[in-house]
Amino acid sequence: MSYAKPLPVPDVETRPFWDGCREGKLLLQRCTDCGHKRFPPTHFCPNCRSAGQEWVESSGHGRVFSWIVVRHPVPRDIYAGEVPYVVALVTLDEGVRIATNIIGCAPEAVTADMPVRVTFREATPEITLPLFEPAPAS
Amino acid sequence: MYSLRDKYAIAGIGCTAFSKNSGRTVRSLASEASLAAINDAGLKVADVDGFVSFNFNDSVPAISVATEIGVPDVRYANDFLSGGNAANMIVLTAAAVIEAGLAETVVCYRAMNGRSGFRLGGGRDLSAHGITQFTAPFGWITYPQAMAMWCRRHMIEYGTTAEQLGEIAVTFRGNAVDNPRAMQREPITLDDYMASRMIVDPFRMLDICLETDGACAVVVTKAERARDLRHKPVYIAGGAYGGGPNQGEDLFDALRWPDHSHNYAKYIADDLWRSAGMGPADIDMAQIYDCFTYSVLMQLEGLGFCKEGEGGSFIGGGRIARDGPLPLNTHGGLLSEGYIHGLNHVLEAVQQLRGDAGPRQVPGVETCLTTAGAMTCGSAMVLRS
Repeated sequence: MSYAKPLPVPDVETRPFWDGCREGKLLLQRCTDCGHKRFPPTHFCPNCRSAGQEWVESSGHGRVFSWIVVRHPVPRDIYAGEVPYVVALVTLDEGVRIATNIIGCAPEAVTADMPVRVTFREATPEITLPLFEPAPAS
Repeated sequence: MYSLRDKYAIAGIGCTAFSKNSGRTVRSLASEASLAAINDAGLKVADVDGFVSFNFNDSVPAISVATEIGVPDVRYANDFLSGGNAANMIVLTAAAVIEAGLAETVVCYRAMNGRSGFRLGGGRDLSAHGITQFTAPFGWITYPQAMAMWCRRHMIEYGTTAEQLGEIAVTFRGNAVDNPRAMQREPITLDDYMASRMIVDPFRMLDICLETDGACAVVVTKAERARDLRHKPVYIAGGAYGGGPNQGEDLFDALRWPDHSHNYAKYIADDLWRSAGMGPADIDMAQIYDCFTYSVLMQLEGLGFCKEGEGGSFIGGGRIARDGPLPLNTHGGLLSEGYIHGLNHVLEAVQQLRGDAGPRQVPGVETCLTTAGAMTCGSAMVLRS
């Protein structure tokens, strides 16, 4: 069965991130001049404007910054079988924030600052999504 | 900073009916509202030489409206690719355009078939390009889903409650009862609010604005010219447009926003008040951008009507009711009048300042704040009679 939900379309800046996910690694950009770590991917460092950058692996640990519980599916035909689901902003230990789903617990169990860790789910042979699940405090 | 205090005025306003299915082209809606605003000002079509609008690829270009209504000499026409954040910015832009001599009399409009045509955040695109590749694949697609994430932060930081959000929804609906333009005129209670369906926790159905087919337009011209026209001029005392650092790559994107318990408002407050030579205490009433109940709290806090985090208690006790000390959204707002992306707030402000708001008129109004935008970017104006 084909994958029915929206899929990322990697571009020249984001492809290393998605390649990393497929290999089970959560990658962030690090500026080779000032060391600033950033997400989502950009060409220039917002801290020092350098175009020098490398990809480094995140610890994969973070905490829930905010979250929602989607109960009304939009579009209905795509998400009717998915609700309720949790979308969260997770602040990684490296300081950057990433949007994701929290899985592995009831939606009602999600709390602010809850420690979470990355877990990867293959969507298609090309795309693997970084999701998060409850974790012991890192 | 906006430096044209009281030099420009809104001389005319116009709108179409607000509905769920206009059965009309967006261009015809824009033309109808524009003609109504020109007529309301007591002007002829030939007196208008500028058009400014904004859209989300869901509307028609300004030149198409000028063409349909037969404007003989179009000196300036511009369309901003923007959301509700632009609804006050286009009025400030009209003043700037006239000040620069590019035009003399400018129509600002917003037109859309927001329910029967292009629905914002419909999520049909299964290919997530650009910044969307980091949001949509997780089922984070619609604006209610975006703003609910912000609202949760306010609840975490300050203990804001559903009942406080409900107070906003109930108050605005009460105002819409007396507004013949409003799409939702049945009064609601806090119990109705609490019982309304949870759409995206923490938002219920009644936290979320309407989707609307319709158009609004206003005519901006020099103050001294406006004084010779049909209505008492409504002066643009001050205004501001912008947001903080890390506004993101589009209106949805707030991945890098510092904390979603505050929005653009705190970043434009100083410019807004200095430009008008006023402060929150000088404001008789306000039309606050309410695409969601929660966005009202961030704007009241950010603009200094109360301290950060105290919005939830501030709006209680009848303070924002029509007979309270700070009446808000006297037309019912985006929540109950309709969603013309915030330009309908400017129409209501003008009616109130003219003393022309019928059964919902607040007595003795001399100043009205209007705001536009909910997230990382927005605009606001102080209008006065």
